[in-house]
Amino acid sequence: MAMVGVLALIVVLCLAAPLYAQQVAHTDPFRSNLDGMTVVNGKTVPVMQQESGGLGLGVTPIGPTWDPKHYFLGADNQGRDVAARLLYGGRNSLLIGVSAALLTCLLGTLIGLAAGFFGGVVDGVLSRVLDVVWAFPVYLFAICLSTVLLTNSLRVGPFTLEAGSLLLPIGIIGIVYVPYVGRSVRGEVLSLREREFVEAAIGLGSSSWRLLWSDILPNVITTVIVLFPLMIALAMLTEAALSFLSIGVQPPNASWGTIILDGQGLLYTRPAVALAPGIAIAVTVLALNVLGDGVRDALDPRAKHRTGA
Amino acid sequence: MLRFVARRMVSMVLVMFAISVLVFLIFFATPGVDPAARIAGRNADQETLRAVRHDFGLDKPMPVQYALLMKKLFFTRDLTSYVNRGAEVIPQVEEAAPVTLSLVLGAALIWVVASILMGVLAAVFRGSSIDVLLMILGLIGISMPVFWLGEVVNLLSQSRFHDTFVFSWVPPLGYTPLTESPFGWFKSLLLPWLTLAVLYAGIYARILRSSMVEAQEQDYVRTAYAKGLTEHRVLLRHSLRTSLIAYFSLFGLDFGALVGGAALLTEVVFGLHGIGKLTYDSLQNFDLPVIMACVMYAAFFVVVANALVDLLYAWLDPRVRVV
Repeated sequence: MAMVGVLALIVVLCLAAPLYAQQVAHTDPFRSNLDGMTVVNGKTVPVMQQESGGLGLGVTPIGPTWDPKHYFLGADNQGRDVAARLLYGGRNSLLIGVSAALLTCLLGTLIGLAAGFFGGVVDGVLSRVLDVVWAFPVYLFAICLSTVLLTNSLRVGPFTLEAGSLLLPIGIIGIVYVPYVGRSVRGEVLSLREREFVEAAIGLGSSSWRLLWSDILPNVITTVIVLFPLMIALAMLTEAALSFLSIGVQPPNASWGTIILDGQGLLYTRPAVALAPGIAIAVTVLALNVLGDGVRDALDPRAKHRTGA
Repeated sequence: MLRFVARRMVSMVLVMFAISVLVFLIFFATPGVDPAARIAGRNADQETLRAVRHDFGLDKPMPVQYALLMKKLFFTRDLTSYVNRGAEVIPQVEEAAPVTLSLVLGAALIWVVASILMGVLAAVFRGSSIDVLLMILGLIGISMPVFWLGEVVNLLSQSRFHDTFVFSWVPPLGYTPLTESPFGWFKSLLLPWLTLAVLYAGIYARILRSSMVEAQEQDYVRTAYAKGLTEHRVLLRHSLRTSLIAYFSLFGLDFGALVGGAALLTEVVFGLHGIGKLTYDSLQNFDLPVIMACVMYAAFFVVVANALVDLLYAWLDPRVRVV
């Protein structure tokens, strides 16, 4: 339960990002601010500080001030407020995680239902498609799609998807995980078809659609609901990885993955930039995993003593 | 068994074919932009574009283009990069492969040992605080992004605590070949191994624990208890043994996936020039021929690994062969 609270807190904080940026920190999280000034302990200092030690060649962004009004977590190499970017980035990370997981579950359920229920040629074709995507390493598949789609905008007929659109990472991550859901749903449908209540419904003269809609689907939905939090967790980790490889969310937009990438160059001087979003991801994903375990125990009590949680 | 082997081989070849077609379509037939411009890299001049069109037969029909690409990748093996003019791609992949294999093999050894210890301990003491603690540790391992964990390890071992006795042995980031210095190889890989192993140790410990607990309900385990065997003996000799079959079939899949790309992030963070780093570097300068080669070879490796796992599984568990 505590983990659900943590999760809710993270979501609320991220949703409040504009409030924080405009009302508290007075900062624009997307524009570089290389010669801006800020206040530390009542003194006005530049955001990008001249290196005092060493050769004095570079400038270093200001470190964490722990003052929510002035660069709470310090600045990144563009002089932008890391705390504000963290909150804005969290919105994108969460949005991509949830939307991609929704897409995965929707497509996976449809494909799994069709393959398991209709069998024959339909099953043959769909199962082979799932097999191929399953055998294709997730990151490589995502890299292929991203390299092609993110360099140039995608145009299909009258529709244009801009290269920087969030829909691209959502679509890519949503598609690569479809077999995870599709295969379990298909298996579930196959075993449901053998059950007595389905036989009874057939005996009563239910049509295929009615059978599918009111007998099979409600029983399959449990499986999908149990998978959903885990798919969000997976999607968020994948988004972070893709953004870290600069093929996820595109600048100046931010996500927790891109902020870790921003922080990579500053790792030894200003570790907070990379540490903070990583902790945010780990806590969110941990909460989602715990939530997933909880949902499974609630919906499938038999599994409870297996995991002992 | 022979029929099972034959059928599995046929399906393996079909999946390889399908993946190669999929990769080909992604790179050559995605709507939006001329594939020649994609392959030639950013800001290529007209002459390069013409060369690309000629080399890849882009004015010819799709199946011919596909066949040409496959020929360049697997038969003549003379696919060249246009970003690094004239650099042959396949030798780069071959050079990078041992690095990735070293990384994944070492990490696999660590995570197998760690997860079996954790899983068995948790199953033996199930319901106790040791069980809860181990499973929470596993869950934390699963939840951290591996590249971020790598950066934290770098921060501690290369910078913050590099001068203390704990991390003073850590060499600068990079890879030392085994043939050059076995001890240097070990030192350069120890932290990347541990980083990569943390994630998988967590997953595998949880899986092993739940399948061992599940096995405890099986009839043969009840029989074993009825024969008067001690609980530990039943757990280790009966539950663990059957649980390990499923465990290692999953292990095969993940091992293949790691060699085929999932280790990419670890390689990038620790500066190890394996297949993943090669893919990453070519991603940075849009060197598509290198990406295509890496993806194709890695995906094929994964498919072969999966097939081998299935065969091994069928050999261990004859029930599978009947399907």
